[in-house]
Amino acid sequence: MKLLVIEDDREAASYLQKALTESGYGVDHAADGREGLFLATSGKYDAMVVDRMLPGMDGLSLIAALRAAEIVVPVLILSALGAVDDRVKGLRAGGDDYLVKPFAFAELLARIEVLLRRGGLPAATTRLKVGDLEMDLLARQVTRAGKGIELLPREFRLLEFLMRHAGQVVTRTMLLENVWDYHFDPQTNVIDVHVSRLRHKIDRGFDHALLQTIRGAGYSLRLN
Amino acid sequence: MFRLLRTNAFRLAALYMVLFAASVLTLLVFIYFSTANFVERQTEETIGAEITGLLEQYGEHGLLGLIEAINSRTTTERNEPTLYLLADPRLRPIAGNLASWPHTEPMNARHGWVRFPVELTRGGTKATYDAMASVTILNGDYRLLVGRDLRDAEVFRRRVEQTLFFAALLTLALGLVGGLLMTRNVLRRVEAVNRTSASIIEGDFSERVPVTGSGDEFDQLAANLNAMLDQIERLMAGMRQVTDNIAHDLRTPLSRLRARLEVTLLERPDANRYAEALAETIAEADHLLGTFNALLSIAEAEAGARREAMAEVDLDDIARSVADLYEPVAEEKGLKLILDISAPAPVRGDRHLLSQAIANLLDNAMKYTPAGEVRLAVRRIDGAHIQLEIADTGPGVPTALRERVFDRFFRLENSRSTPGNGLGLSLVRAVAKLHGGDIRLEDNGPGLKVVLVLPAAPERAAVTLNRSAA
Repeated sequence: MKLLVIEDDREAASYLQKALTESGYGVDHAADGREGLFLATSGKYDAMVVDRMLPGMDGLSLIAALRAAEIVVPVLILSALGAVDDRVKGLRAGGDDYLVKPFAFAELLARIEVLLRRGGLPAATTRLKVGDLEMDLLARQVTRAGKGIELLPREFRLLEFLMRHAGQVVTRTMLLENVWDYHFDPQTNVIDVHVSRLRHKIDRGFDHALLQTIRGAGYSLRLN
Repeated sequence: MFRLLRTNAFRLAALYMVLFAASVLTLLVFIYFSTANFVERQTEETIGAEITGLLEQYGEHGLLGLIEAINSRTTTERNEPTLYLLADPRLRPIAGNLASWPHTEPMNARHGWVRFPVELTRGGTKATYDAMASVTILNGDYRLLVGRDLRDAEVFRRRVEQTLFFAALLTLALGLVGGLLMTRNVLRRVEAVNRTSASIIEGDFSERVPVTGSGDEFDQLAANLNAMLDQIERLMAGMRQVTDNIAHDLRTPLSRLRARLEVTLLERPDANRYAEALAETIAEADHLLGTFNALLSIAEAEAGARREAMAEVDLDDIARSVADLYEPVAEEKGLKLILDISAPAPVRGDRHLLSQAIANLLDNAMKYTPAGEVRLAVRRIDGAHIQLEIADTGPGVPTALRERVFDRFFRLENSRSTPGNGLGLSLVRAVAKLHGGDIRLEDNGPGLKVVLVLPAAPERAAVTLNRSAA
């Protein structure tokens, strides 16, 4: 998998490059918007990480230019601007995800993996399946090993998100943003409580736990 | 003065003056020709009438009758004496008050309209005047000349010329003076704006553009500029306050972070201790960033920077959805979370900030209530206000401290051991203020009751009605 990092801060860029390389990605780096756009149009990248404020051409214009040229590579925007309207602007310009600086590397990595595997499921999927856990999106029913599991609406949404990203690491922030549409950081670890209750419902009584806690990063719904 | 010449206002005034003068001059020339010709035309008419009269005499009584008529007319005293001359075919005078056939203009014209100089005695002085006359040819090549001297016409024409000349001069002078005055006036007002801007650029932000009170465009401009400056000054003051606070608020945890790193180095640690210290430092940095973000949110809300994100939202929905987020937390702690939410509760606001504020309040209530219940109520208290209440059965807040808990970083003594940064309520109050609302703490007997009052958004129907009326 090949990534393009467009970031003008040298130190941040080299840190990103190193960390992403260690995570098994091939990483190219561009230090300004023009060079970044030039590299991006080559079309050989699987995903891009774009800083919002860049010399030469700002990140949003760069993304807009890419989209205008019908290059659909997934883009993660990095920005020091954290207000909700900034996020909306970023996504409207054609970004696929938005991460506010500073961030934990685990958060960035989790989001890149989600972007890379996006589009794996057809949009009209009506059934999700992870191992013996099954979700019927139309009937809004969940079964494990054929046994029905009663879920509250928010637990259903939480599980749906986890199942759609099965095998990937999802962070607490990602859950808060995608399941609840909140972009602030609740002081108590509310998400942990929700996840532990969900885990209780889907994993209790089975010898194999599907919902796993990934230390220092978040959670993952997976078979092994 | 040279500066005056370079200004746009002066150029405009000059252009205006030139156009004005040109149109006034055109008007004057038109007046001149119509009045000057008017006198000549009148003279022509008088002469024509005179000739008609004489020719009637000639038709009835022949040449002798004509001579008689001429003689009778020349002897009668008249105010504007008419010139008569009847001459034989060789132009020798027969009757009339001209001594000889004049040297006419056009040269030696024998009939039609002619002009010639005539010597007249008026008021005792002898002078030469222009005269105009009409020559009629009678039977036998006799010629009748009837004319008038143009002394009066001349005087009149000269007077008209003089009057018009002075009128033109006066127009130009008035135009020039008016233009200059107008320019100076405009320049003075613009200059006032320039001076104010200059002193603001130099750093004196208290300066304001003078308002004359006349309510004209310049006054409106000045008032708008001043309003803009007030707003900028207010925002700048807010910004300064925020940066001061943030600098102050972050200094302590940063010093702590630094001290921790320094102490770790002094201990000459092994690799494990290093890893441990780094992990602690990252946790501390995260906490610092959390604090920093919270401060920024408060600052943004206080500065009203996000007013544009305001829309009509349902406070009941927002409250229910935040309660849904915290419900499992309550259950885990063995608390009862009671919802008493009556819809509709429309407010004009920022959904994200309101969610965060309610989350902070619920978070506090759950954190500080060891047992019992937390009650979240939303209802309309009167036509214009919506009240949100969060009541718990915890230890409450002493009356004396109920205002201070909104200060940044203020934490009650007995809550020091609980995690938190002391910014939660500051943000809630900033959000309340941003929405034009208010927040207060009350006794829940026992426990604490937080009361948040927000202005209700106007009914949707009423809004539509207003819009269609506008």
